[in-house]
This record gives sequence, C-alpha cells and structure tokens, in this order.
Amino acid sequence: MLEWIGLLPLFPLLGFLALTLTGGKPGNTSASLIGVGSIALSFVLAAAISYEFLRSGASSHTQLLWNWMRVGDFTPAFSFYLDGLAVVMILVITGVGLLIHLYSTGYMTGDPSFARFFAYMNLFVASMLVLVLADNLVLLYLGWEGVGLCSYLLIGFWYQKPANGYAARKAFVVTRVGDTSMAIGLFVLFTQLGTLNIQEVLTLAPQQWSVSSGVAVAAAALLLGGAVGKSAQLPLQTWLPDAMAGPTPISALIHAATMVTAGVYLIARTHILFELAPQVQMLVAVLGLLTLLMAGFTALTQRDIKRILAYSTMSQIGYMFLALGVGAWSAATFHLMTHAFFKALLFLAAGTVILSLHHEQDIFKMGGLRKRLPLAFWSFLIGSAALAALPFTSGFYSKDEILLAALAQPQYGIILWLGGVLGALLTAIYSFRLVFVVFYGKELPQHDHEPIREIRGIPMAAPLVILAALSVLGGFIAVPVGAVFGAAEAEPYHASTLIHAIMIAVPLLGVGISYLIYGGHAIAATNLSKLERIRQSAAGAAITRFWFGGWGMDALYDRLLVRPFIALAHLNRKDIIDTGYASIAAFTQAGNNLLVRTQTGNLRWYSISMIGGLIIVIAVGVWR
Amino acid sequence: MESIPYEHGLILAAILFSCGLVGVLTRRNIVFVLMSLEVMLNACGLAFVVASARWGHADGQIMFMMILTLAAAEVAVGLGLIIQMYRRYHTVDISVLSEMKG
Repeated sequence: MLEWIGLLPLFPLLGFLALTLTGGKPGNTSASLIGVGSIALSFVLAAAISYEFLRSGASSHTQLLWNWMRVGDFTPAFSFYLDGLAVVMILVITGVGLLIHLYSTGYMTGDPSFARFFAYMNLFVASMLVLVLADNLVLLYLGWEGVGLCSYLLIGFWYQKPANGYAARKAFVVTRVGDTSMAIGLFVLFTQLGTLNIQEVLTLAPQQWSVSSGVAVAAAALLLGGAVGKSAQLPLQTWLPDAMAGPTPISALIHAATMVTAGVYLIARTHILFELAPQVQMLVAVLGLLTLLMAGFTALTQRDIKRILAYSTMSQIGYMFLALGVGAWSAATFHLMTHAFFKALLFLAAGTVILSLHHEQDIFKMGGLRKRLPLAFWSFLIGSAALAALPFTSGFYSKDEILLAALAQPQYGIILWLGGVLGALLTAIYSFRLVFVVFYGKELPQHDHEPIREIRGIPMAAPLVILAALSVLGGFIAVPVGAVFGAAEAEPYHASTLIHAIMIAVPLLGVGISYLIYGGHAIAATNLSKLERIRQSAAGAAITRFWFGGWGMDALYDRLLVRPFIALAHLNRKDIIDTGYASIAAFTQAGNNLLVRTQTGNLRWYSISMIGGLIIVIAVGVWR
Repeated sequence: MESIPYEHGLILAAILFSCGLVGVLTRRNIVFVLMSLEVMLNACGLAFVVASARWGHADGQIMFMMILTLAAAEVAVGLGLIIQMYRRYHTVDISVLSEMKG
C-alpha cells in the first residue's frame, strides 16, 4: 500500500488535466464528478496509506518515483517522504479538501466557469500534496510555487472585477518576496552542505555548523522569510485580507486550512535548522506573537465577515508560529490540524450566510439570522467556540498546549504567555462579536426585500456537519508526530491550577464582554452606544482607523515601496536609457532626409552632378 | 606628307565632346539628347584615332571600331525607348520623366 503513495497527487492532477484539456466544456454534473471524485480517491488512498504506515510503526517511509534531473553532483529526485508530520498534513489536505470540494459543488452552482473552478482546486490539492510529501527542498519548492500560482488564480477567479485582479496580483507579489528569500535560503543550504535532501540536510547541518554560527542563522532566517510570506505573518501579512476577494470555498481551503499553514509546515519540517539558530527561533516566536496581537486588534474593528475571519486566520497562524518559536513542534502541528477544521467550518458557514443574503458581506447589515439560518448558526457557534478556545472544543486543547509551551520558555516565557492570553481574550471577543451581530439582535430588512432562505442541500450541509463534529472532537485526536520531533520537543510544562484556571476563564471572559456589548439586549444597546461614543471621539476614531487599516501596514508599504516604484516608472516613462540609441536613429534619419533631396528624378540634374564630379576628380588628378 | 599635328586633332575632339555635353545637358527633346550623346561618343573615337596615329599603334583604331558598334547598339536601344516613351506620354520632352524622385 505504501508504495502507492505516488498516486496521491496524481489523482487531483489527472482531474485538473481532464477539466482543463476539455476546455472547460464539461457540464456541472460531470465537472463536479471529476473534481470531487479525484479528491475522494486521494482521500481514501491517504487514509489507507496513513493507516498502514501508523500500524507498521515505522518512523518514516521514502518512495523514490524517478530521478528528476542530474546536474553534476546535484540529483534532485521525485521522491516522497512520509512520516508522522506528513500523515497529518495529507489527511488534513485531502480530508478537509474533500469536504470543501463537496461544498463548492453547491456554492458554485450557476457560475459560468464552474469547470475552471474545479480545475484550479484540483491543481491546488495536487501541488499541496507534493509540497508536504516532498523529500527534497527542490520538489518542496515546486509544490510551494504551485500552491502560490493556484492561490493567485483562485483569488482572481472572478477576474472581470478589477479589484479581484488587483488582490490576486498583490497576493502573488507579496508572497513572491518571501519565496525569493526562501530560494536564496536553498542556495545557501546547497552551497554549504552540497545537498537539498531534507533528511540529509537535517543530519549534516548539526555536524558541520555550530549553534548560532553565521551560516546557520542565515539559512534559518532566509527560510523563515519564505514561511512568513506564505503564512501571512509580519511583515508580509498584508496580502491575506485582500485575498478574500476569491470565492468563499477558496478562502476556506487555501487561505485558512491548508496553504497558509505551509509556512508552519516548512519550519516544523526543517526544525533542526531553527534549533541551530536560537536567535531566529526566538524571532519566529516574536513575529508570531506580534502578528496574533495585531491581527486580533484589527479583527475587532472589521465589518466584512470574511475579513474578520481572514484576520483571525492570521492570528491563529501567529499562535502556531509562537509554538514553533518555543520549540513546541507537535503543539504547532496539533493547532494546525484543529485550526484547519474550525476555520474551514467558519468559512463555509460564512459562505452559506453570504450566499443566502445574496452576496452581502457587511455584518452590520445582517442580524437576527439565528432562526432563518439555523444550520449556519450552529456551525458558526461551534466554529467560534473552537476558535475562541472554549473548554472541551478542539481549539481549547491545542491552544492550551501552545500557551503552556510558551510559558515553559526559560527567558521570556511569561511575556510570551501573557501576550498569548491577551490574544485569546481578543479572539473570544471578536469571534463572538461576529456571532452576536450576525445571528442575534434585530432582524434587519434586506435591501431587495426578498425572503431569506437558507441554501442547503446535502452537498453544502454535510461538510458543515462533519466539520462541526471535527471541530468539537478534533481535540481528542493525537497527532502522530512524536517520532518526527523526538528529543527536539520542548519539555511539557507542569502548570499550576491557577494558570489552568486563567486559561479557561479568559475566553469565557471574552465571550462575556462580547455579549455585554453586542448581545442585542437592552444592556448591550447602552453599552454599544457608549462604545460608539468613544469611537466618535478624536482618539477613538484615530485608533479605530489605525486598527481597521491593519495597523497602517498597507499604507506604509504603499508609501515605502509602491509609490516610489510608480514614481520611478513615471520618471522613466520616456526611456532615459534609450535616448542614446534613439539619438543615433534620429541622426541617420536626418541624414537620410538630407540625401533624399538630391534624388530629384530629373535626368539633367544627375548628368550635371556626374560631370561636376568627373571634373573635380580630373582636376585633383592633374593639379595635385 | 606633312601630317596634321596631333594637338589639333585632340582640340577638335575636345570641342566636339563639349558640344555634345552641352547638348545633353540643355536639350529637352530626348531625340536631340540621344544625338548629342552620339557626338560625344564620336569625339572620344576621334581622340583614340589621333592617339593611335601619334604613336603609330593600331589599338586606338580597334578601340574606335568597338565604339562604333557600341554606338550602334546604343542607338537601337535608345530609339526603342524613345518610341515607348512617345507611346506612353505622347511627348518627347525629357523633363516629363521625373517621377523617380526620393
């Protein structure tokens, strides 16, 4: 069974080819059959392979498919490497991917580019599987770029709207900055170690490099650059909120559950390099902490349902980075998995809300939808509970592990822990603000006065139910990554009861705060108007604007990079460099114009000039 | 027999050549242009003959025969062109043919 691992990305790839080579002709039924069927096959195979792998008790399995190329000593292979971490990733990708594909068959009904949508989705899953199964960094980079391409294609899926195209380009260019850094990191690894096979790199690096030596720090920092780009962490986080321009299932699959966690996967996969560079590892934790706090504050002020979820994704990946930074590798993987469940659930539920309200995304134009959209309501409630880490949901267990690991960090543990707890409070507030505003309170009249009907049907309801169940129960799944990280794992911290009590109480406190402001009852109304008054004041308005704009990062990059570039382009609009060549052309042109005048077409003029020339030549010859 | 000094022959050739040249440059009627060309050719021929007499060498006279055949061929082609020109433009004025200018 294990030797069939090469088929895993093949099924979605074939699905992609089938949908593409027929030129998007297949009707909705056959397109969804191909699109969903290929992922289903992949999922069944992934489950079977994982079962056999875990039962065999082996720590890893390498499957060489073929040699990719041979350049001197450098022979990257198409070779897949399966271990506990990869098992978690392939199950999440194919499992959550299958549910989202299924949901999409309902969500995308009626779209003229139905087949194109599934083609891109299948290509994405194939690339993502290559990324997580790759046994060398070159193959990993292939998958890495593949998912980036699909992300670009799917953000700009509705390309007729210029804003969507802009968002797609932004996502592509910003992640490209990280990718370039990662590529340079690969060059450093190759020139220093002579191989890019991940396992060889991880064995050779500790033998050849001393801890926190310059080259180790450089390699880890450059890889971190790639990871922050893909995972939308500071300072390359600005693309993710705009990426919400794509269809909602895309936001669920790519920009919540799978692709954005690729950075987390990369760091976990090359964790030994980061242990060799403790400064960089600390930087990972700090970046994670800053991102999770910043995104948390920003999410408090957003109005767009999908942007709130986008910022919450950023902040949850910030938690994963925090875990990676303190060496809690398995906690990060665990949170990656639970986050995939509940964030996919939240996005799909948001998709149902958006679709039921005819593409309304402003939460303050919703309200009281609890009765109208019961399925979306319960999904949202469960998802938000898991997101806010309320007790006994999956998010609770994974976030608990991360915060305890942060506390165990010897030097700055208490700061990291306090920041994480503050982030948990913010998470609870903004996620339940969303729930209360959308589903409680007064029912607001919709602009087109059409009755709101929940759009259901098995393909859209089943994924919600399954993901809801996973969001609740996912905390009891043990991620089989012990063998992967082994001794590298940070010691579990034995916290006192007080610490545990705080970590249970904080999310509940957040929910309470949210309820008191947005609960939709009489007290909430007065609190809300008080909050509104603070917001109207000068300082309040400034802070709100600052948070709403994502802490001014977009404006900063606009001033710092985009505008100077455009100014430069304007300056060079007339091609300054080219004036040298252009003047040569102008000179010959002028000469030509001058000589053309001598061609009068008059025979006698030609004869006279000939005779004149002859006389001059003879005169020179005679009197010289 | 007192021979004619060769300078006289050359001067005559130069005068004839100049007459022909002036005709080529000034006449508008293409028939006269062609005739002036003939005069110039024959002036050259005269110079060759005078030179061959001066040095007692036959080459100059052979050269003159070549010029004669050349002139005959040139007249044949030239007259043909003149007839074509007259058919097309109904005139033999040479300044009409000035379409090929830059």
